[in-house]
Amino acid sequence: MIPFLALLAQLGQAEPVPVPEGGGLGPLRTPPMAYADIGPMIALTVGALVLLTYAALVRRKPGRGVYALFTLLTCAVALGASAWLWLDLGKKAPRFAFANMIAVDGFAVFFYVVIAIAVALAALLADGYLRRERLDGPEFYVLALLSGAGGMLMASANDLIVVFLGLETLTISLFVLAGFHRRRAQSGEAAMKYFVLAAFSSAFLLYGIALVYGATGTTNLAGIATWLAENVVVDSGVLLAGIALLLVGFGFKVAAVPFHTWTPDVYEGSPTPVTAFMAGASKAAGFAAFLRVFFSTFHTVNLDWKPLVWTLAVLSLVVGSVLAIVQRDVKRMLAYSSISHAGYVLIGLEAASDRGIAGSLFYLLAYTFMVMGSFAIVTIVSRRGDNATSLDDFRGLSERRPALALAMTILLMAQAGVPFTSGFLAKFHVIAAAVEQESYALALIAMLAAVVAAFFYLRLVLAMYSPALDADDVAGESTAVEGAGDTRLPVPFSAALALVATVGFTLLAGFPVASGPFFEFAREATLLF
Amino acid sequence: MNATVLAAIAEEGAGPAFSLLTALVILPAIGALLVAVLPRRQESLVKLAGLGVMLSTAVLVVILAVSFKSGADGFQFLSQHAWIPDLGVQWKIGVDGISLWLVVLTGILFPIALIGPTVHKDVKSYTAWLLLLESACLGVFVSLDLLVFFLFFELVLVPMYFLIAGWGYDNRQYASLKFFLYTLFGSAFLLVGIAALAFLHQRATGNLTFDVEQIAETQAVVGNTARWLFLAFSIAFAVKVPLFPVHTWLPDAHTEAPTAGSVILAGVLLKLGTYGFLRFGLYLFPDAAVDLAPLLLTLAVIGIVYGAVVAAMQKDLKRLVAYSSVAHLGFIVLGTFAFTNQAITGGVLQMVNHGISTGALFLLVGMIYERRHTRQIAELGGLQKPAPVLAAVFTVVMLSSLGLPLLNGFVGEFLILTGTFVTHRWWAVVGSLGVILAAVYLLWAYQRVFHGEPDGDNATIPDMTWRERGVMVPLLFLIVALGVYPKPVLDRIEPSVTRLIAHVEQHTEFEEPAVSRAEGAAVEEGDE
Repeated sequence: MIPFLALLAQLGQAEPVPVPEGGGLGPLRTPPMAYADIGPMIALTVGALVLLTYAALVRRKPGRGVYALFTLLTCAVALGASAWLWLDLGKKAPRFAFANMIAVDGFAVFFYVVIAIAVALAALLADGYLRRERLDGPEFYVLALLSGAGGMLMASANDLIVVFLGLETLTISLFVLAGFHRRRAQSGEAAMKYFVLAAFSSAFLLYGIALVYGATGTTNLAGIATWLAENVVVDSGVLLAGIALLLVGFGFKVAAVPFHTWTPDVYEGSPTPVTAFMAGASKAAGFAAFLRVFFSTFHTVNLDWKPLVWTLAVLSLVVGSVLAIVQRDVKRMLAYSSISHAGYVLIGLEAASDRGIAGSLFYLLAYTFMVMGSFAIVTIVSRRGDNATSLDDFRGLSERRPALALAMTILLMAQAGVPFTSGFLAKFHVIAAAVEQESYALALIAMLAAVVAAFFYLRLVLAMYSPALDADDVAGESTAVEGAGDTRLPVPFSAALALVATVGFTLLAGFPVASGPFFEFAREATLLF
Repeated sequence: MNATVLAAIAEEGAGPAFSLLTALVILPAIGALLVAVLPRRQESLVKLAGLGVMLSTAVLVVILAVSFKSGADGFQFLSQHAWIPDLGVQWKIGVDGISLWLVVLTGILFPIALIGPTVHKDVKSYTAWLLLLESACLGVFVSLDLLVFFLFFELVLVPMYFLIAGWGYDNRQYASLKFFLYTLFGSAFLLVGIAALAFLHQRATGNLTFDVEQIAETQAVVGNTARWLFLAFSIAFAVKVPLFPVHTWLPDAHTEAPTAGSVILAGVLLKLGTYGFLRFGLYLFPDAAVDLAPLLLTLAVIGIVYGAVVAAMQKDLKRLVAYSSVAHLGFIVLGTFAFTNQAITGGVLQMVNHGISTGALFLLVGMIYERRHTRQIAELGGLQKPAPVLAAVFTVVMLSSLGLPLLNGFVGEFLILTGTFVTHRWWAVVGSLGVILAAVYLLWAYQRVFHGEPDGDNATIPDMTWRERGVMVPLLFLIVALGVYPKPVLDRIEPSVTRLIAHVEQHTEFEEPAVSRAEGAAVEEGDE
């Protein structure tokens, strides 16, 4: 991947490579390689390659949880590299690396952290899940690591081509992951749907890139921003069409209405840890590129794209919340809820202010923990076969596993935006940003959508605290019968660890004083553009 | 537990870093955590711990009331720390004459609600939720920062929701959801309103703050903007009060909630709305409040008459009490928006009175339900014979609720009506219909339930147990004490109300008629 990058970097360079005197090919001149600047990405890629090589060369299966542990270590290294970069950025100014292809700034580091955490949580979820479903092997972890590396590339891209490259790296791994549960037909269906629709959206994105290139003469994000600042676009049709197509591409990736139609099906069909990963890392990476391209690059034309983002946000909020109400399947319901969460993040973008972007980043950080924690519980409750995900399957959870029900309650309350959870502060930060820009209508719609959303979160909570259905009462479709015999749900140690982390963060970042450092992180990430 | 209290007081003496009020707000929450880690099986231990924490809180509340300087109009026991520096949010809490008695009411009502009714399942979670609820309620009444207020205002919903959903009656799921969503709907407007107010204030002064005092004193937001913001705040408070026509969640929530839930809901939670109107509506937007007062007064009067008429029609005793709350809260809102010293003072007092009387009524209805397992008035009758003490207590509480002189309800209602008459004559006239109607539905209900010959199961119900009598004693004491000698309470309310009205006068064209001031003094002397 690295040489490929370098090649691309060369293509992007303005000055042609000088041909040495005397003819013939001289040594290939490469731009300076500041590997430390993309440390986290390298960590994940190398981790994936090591894991793959190990699995290919060593026949004997390692002990339980070794793959997950290795993945966790890799993520820890990535986090360490991110921390180093963050401190380094405190000393040196934000910069570009690899011939202006990669941005080295706080914004990128913020997403390195979010994505590394998401990969780690996904590994924790997968550990118990894969063994339960008899799918254990290194492949899941390799793909998650590579996908995460792609997400990181997207977050740090300073060129539309690199954005696309990152997006594809992220998504192609996800196709495979979505279809990972070979014996479940829905899993294959999800992979197929995701593949076809994602390919479609990639085409939109590419078309958008081409048009923007046509209008501005460069694909470099900083270059486009400079060009837009220095030139007055008289006939902006091509540029605006390009921006609109980019919006479609990103809108698909972050699952914003009306480009959300793939989400419920794919979320429902994919293995639950993969769903968690998609909802966490994939959405975060999508937003990373979305926010950077629109807020930073197209800042000068924000009057043109703001109404579009406004519409996207309102539609996501309303459609996501309303359609979630009619769902009987918890995974599907969470899929719609993740659509409405995307609406909240878009509110921050619509504000197009530092406060707005900081709000969006904080929202994404809080959201990643909330949603992955929620899916961790769905993973546990779904039982062998990964099918027991209907609302009825959650009934009586408080009796079988009070701690699990309590954790789910906290996570759902956080998603609903109840005070003293990270969800409330996240919502408040984006709402405050919108109100500061006098988008009162948008703020109000968002809060009212939260009321609608509270309904289905609470319905799930009520289900968990109601007595379980008797085997006789269960309708033919439901799968609760399968588990009627065993009263206790097995909770793997790794999943419990993930729950402790997610619930802990949700409460910690929700307490006003304690949330300070986290929001500060998001705010500085915005300032270090 | 005493050790905790002493430590808190000792620390309070040590410096302003940890004030009495902060201890008051945190103590029940710590208690909730403590109860949460106790073993589920040890029910009596759980109860004891819960009661210990609540009684410690009650002791702190009494200390607060005793050491509150009477005659001072500003905020006392202030404690101020940066909380979310990025947004200028501060942990700023304090009490004045308006919030003091609500804090006291909360501190007293919670232990009563905990031990009054019997709980049949999962005592541990029940106690923990009640403790958390107490923290949240106290937090609402003492916070002087808009966002901190909102945090607590919303937090109140969660434990209450679980109390209704977990320990309520048959239709509890529907009722709890309705309660949660209605209030959340109001809060949506409140949150946007709060954010808008803070940023508009920032635009005018360059200082981003959620400090209530600062924003109120600057009055940077005026005119139509202030009117819109006042409306946004009002929607949230009106749902909470509840004012007609957004009251429909109340009968369901009250009826389906467990007894303790109803007691707290009526006694404390409804006051969040009326308190909000006073503390935020009038204080932050005096101009808009004066302008829109006729609207709220009209809704209040509609609530008084409508609540009373509907209460009279109820077949379910608990629902009847619930609708009576709609009427009573109408009185309080009427007093709030009359802008006279007596009316507002009376309104504050009436908040406390209603908490005591209606709390007691719900406890009594709960006791009847425990004995007969029905709340249908038609199925009850002649309970006076087998349960004379219950009947006697019910009589006193009922008379307090309908405003009989020498009992607490009278003082509040009288002050409200005379105070309102001065500035808004016709509203007061129609409002006083509510007093008569209250007599109609309460006395009628009493007759049907307690008079006559008991038949069947009604003849054999046991009278009040000693525990139940013990729970009612403090409430009966307060009912009589506040009715006979309300002066110590009024003395502490009055200065803050005078200050509030002066604030309104300063920022609007409104002037309090001189007659009401003189009369206000006369009424108080008369009470002596």
